[in-house]
Amino acid sequence: MTGCSPALAVGWPTWLVSDAAAIIATGAVTAAACAVLGSFLVLRRMSMMGDAISHAVLPGIAAAFLITQSYSVGPLLVGAIVAGLATAALTQSLHHYARVPADASMGVVFTSLFALGVVLITQVKGVHFDKQCVFEGALELTPLYVVTIAGVELPRALVVGGVVLAMNLLIVALLWKELKLSSFDPALSETMGFSAGLLHYLLMALTAITAVASFEAVGSILVVAMLIVPAATAHLLVDRLGPMVFLSAALGAVCSGLGYALAAWFDVNIAGMMAVVAGGLYGLAVLLSPQYGILSAVVRNARLALAVVRDDLLGVLYRLEELGTEHRLAAAEACAAVGGGLLARRGLAGLLRAGQVTQTTGRLELTPAGRDAARQLVRAHRLWENYLVQHLGLPLDHVHAPADRVEHYIDATMKESLEQKLDDARTDPHGREIPN
Amino acid sequence: MNVPDAMFALSLSTKVTVGTAALGGIAGAIGALAVLRGRSLLGDMLSHAALPGVVLAFLLTGSRSLAVLSVGALASGLAAVGLMTLVIRWTRTKEDAAIGVMLSTFFGLGVVLLSKATRSTASGNSAGLTSFLFGEPGNMLTSDLALIGAVGIASAATLALLFKEFKLVAFDPDFALSQGWPATRLDLAMMTLVAAVTIAGLPIVGVVLMAAMIILPAATARMWTHRLHTLLLLAGALGVVAGGVGPRLGHGVPAGPAIVLTAATLFVLSLLFAPEQGMIARLVHEQRLRRRVAQDHLLRSLYELAEPRLAETPMIPFAALAANRGWRPARLRRLLSANQEQGLLAYRGDAVTLTPLGIRAAAEATRRHRLWELYMMRVAGAAADHVDRSADDVEHLLPPAVLLELEAELAAETAAEAAAAPTVPPSPHRMGGDAP
Repeated sequence: MTGCSPALAVGWPTWLVSDAAAIIATGAVTAAACAVLGSFLVLRRMSMMGDAISHAVLPGIAAAFLITQSYSVGPLLVGAIVAGLATAALTQSLHHYARVPADASMGVVFTSLFALGVVLITQVKGVHFDKQCVFEGALELTPLYVVTIAGVELPRALVVGGVVLAMNLLIVALLWKELKLSSFDPALSETMGFSAGLLHYLLMALTAITAVASFEAVGSILVVAMLIVPAATAHLLVDRLGPMVFLSAALGAVCSGLGYALAAWFDVNIAGMMAVVAGGLYGLAVLLSPQYGILSAVVRNARLALAVVRDDLLGVLYRLEELGTEHRLAAAEACAAVGGGLLARRGLAGLLRAGQVTQTTGRLELTPAGRDAARQLVRAHRLWENYLVQHLGLPLDHVHAPADRVEHYIDATMKESLEQKLDDARTDPHGREIPN
Repeated sequence: MNVPDAMFALSLSTKVTVGTAALGGIAGAIGALAVLRGRSLLGDMLSHAALPGVVLAFLLTGSRSLAVLSVGALASGLAAVGLMTLVIRWTRTKEDAAIGVMLSTFFGLGVVLLSKATRSTASGNSAGLTSFLFGEPGNMLTSDLALIGAVGIASAATLALLFKEFKLVAFDPDFALSQGWPATRLDLAMMTLVAAVTIAGLPIVGVVLMAAMIILPAATARMWTHRLHTLLLLAGALGVVAGGVGPRLGHGVPAGPAIVLTAATLFVLSLLFAPEQGMIARLVHEQRLRRRVAQDHLLRSLYELAEPRLAETPMIPFAALAANRGWRPARLRRLLSANQEQGLLAYRGDAVTLTPLGIRAAAEATRRHRLWELYMMRVAGAAADHVDRSADDVEHLLPPAVLLELEAELAAETAAEAAAAPTVPPSPHRMGGDAP
């Protein structure tokens, strides 16, 4: 909270490359330290605990100032950890003993503690509480404060961030299976003798330490962003916990580098830009994630709809042939029969291309290959109808619609087992022949 | 804006009091809806997400008027709500993480835009923007009062119009949806109200403390009532008190934190002293229950030990009684003297005997226990050696109506006269050996 004058920051884009490297490295290390814990917060659905703790450490820090009258790091960290743990404990007990909803109890606790912190800070003589600085941090100033370790000058914030990252990684590695189990199944973890409560408070303590250690360098906004956003992004991309933790940390580091570059390009606040980049990457994952993205869901749904409409077209043409008439449908008629629209036209085009249907003098005709495919489909449909009637006792007029939905998913093995279960696998319940 | 002249004439301190009290009232009432809906942290997200809108509005129009900035804030707040809803609906990101992602990304974007505004405009020109975020009740202007008034009237009207709808959506959104109500639109309407209130309050109490004004009065009121309209009125009243009294309390304490700490004090008082849900009331209730359970167990033990020769009112040796339920001697002695005071037993030296009053009470306790045992065996088919423990847990909570029902049911089931008559039925299991 010291030395946050924007005047110093004005000239930074022209700084030396090493300064840029120091800022990026500090941002990356801090982001990774946050993101490692973030995976567990996100999985435990406690993401907002990061936000709550990073606000609620304020009274702890202020009290440490007031009691020791010094700016030394030790008491400050202790105060922050105590306040962070108090936040977690108060939230938990309000929810458990007073039956306040979980999110409301978190809101009650951290906002009240923050208000208390603001009041305490105003009582500290000689300290100007710069709220904006707490939010935004002073990443620009990182290269100005250096410590010398083994003869090498390093930015102090980078060293602090590195220590926190190492601590988080070490504890997460040591308690890997306990954290994993209690994140996914707290009840099982409890019965197996790992106290989910103890792990919860350990996680909260780590979050508090990480938040406080990162504040001065990157500000609370980036701490909150890095605790939540990279982990939420990784959660959209991978399913296993190990890759998720590493991916979150890597994403945090990427946000730092990319955020710095963009901030330098547009001449804007670095920490803010890193948070924006994190949000942007999350947005990309929301759209493009191969498994959970919106775009892939749309593509999957469209493909499925197309496959269904092709099956339906084949079914319509086959059933017409079955009636024994010489009448053949025109393309437009066939499309209308399966719901029409672009989807039907695309489906028909696909069938023509695949050589399952031919078009002569404007009328559609199944090719032998198409007839085979259609026969398999109609067979599946009628077997299923028969099964619904014989085994589930559905009335005759209730079996067509479900069979129409299921027919696309019945493969050869399932047809075989259906056949074995049925007394009569030659005709469907309406008396029509089940094709072979 | 057509503001009555009288408002200009108000002194600043009156303006501040009126403004914060009105804000507290609206935030309390609207916040109650958000808290019930499980969206307590929405206010936190909205107040952070307002920043980019505020700065953009300033950058685009060059104006710092409250109306322009508020419109910008509302727009970006609603954008965040919309994206959050989209992400929750379409991806595997859970609500807490979605709130966190939107909060930090939007706030980061705001910080970026703010730094752009600060660097690209003449120094000091964007100063009004940060006070929009961090709150400065001392600077309360007539336009602030007008904005709060307008939001208050609009939200009161909306509440009055849609009270029934909001009630259903707040308590059971799934049911509302299944009944064909436009639950999503109502949800959005509710969140818009929260957004409007949050943004009206931002320039006065600031980002984090505005979140508190949404949650605290609602959580407090929830301790006192179960009815929605009482809850809304009470939360509003609590908000008025906190907003009206808070700023006048502390010397040198900033008004925003003072309001929140007043609200927090009201919360803690309610948490302790509320008649039904307060901690003290619940502790007293629990203590009473525990005492009744201990008394039931003591009387039943005495009854069962005396049962073989009940008519002679035998003296029960202290040691036998202590062994019967494994009581520690000190605890048993306390228990005995408490019951002696109530005239239920006589306890002299090393032996205990039931008074006539005590015999009646003991018979009643034993009857409840055995009726439940019989019920478990005959109706639920439990084994004789499994019913003692389960009856131990339930017997104290059986109201007379249930006892009558049990008797009727047992009578109908087996026509056992013992169960039908208001006497103590014999124990269905072997006595003594299986007692702990």
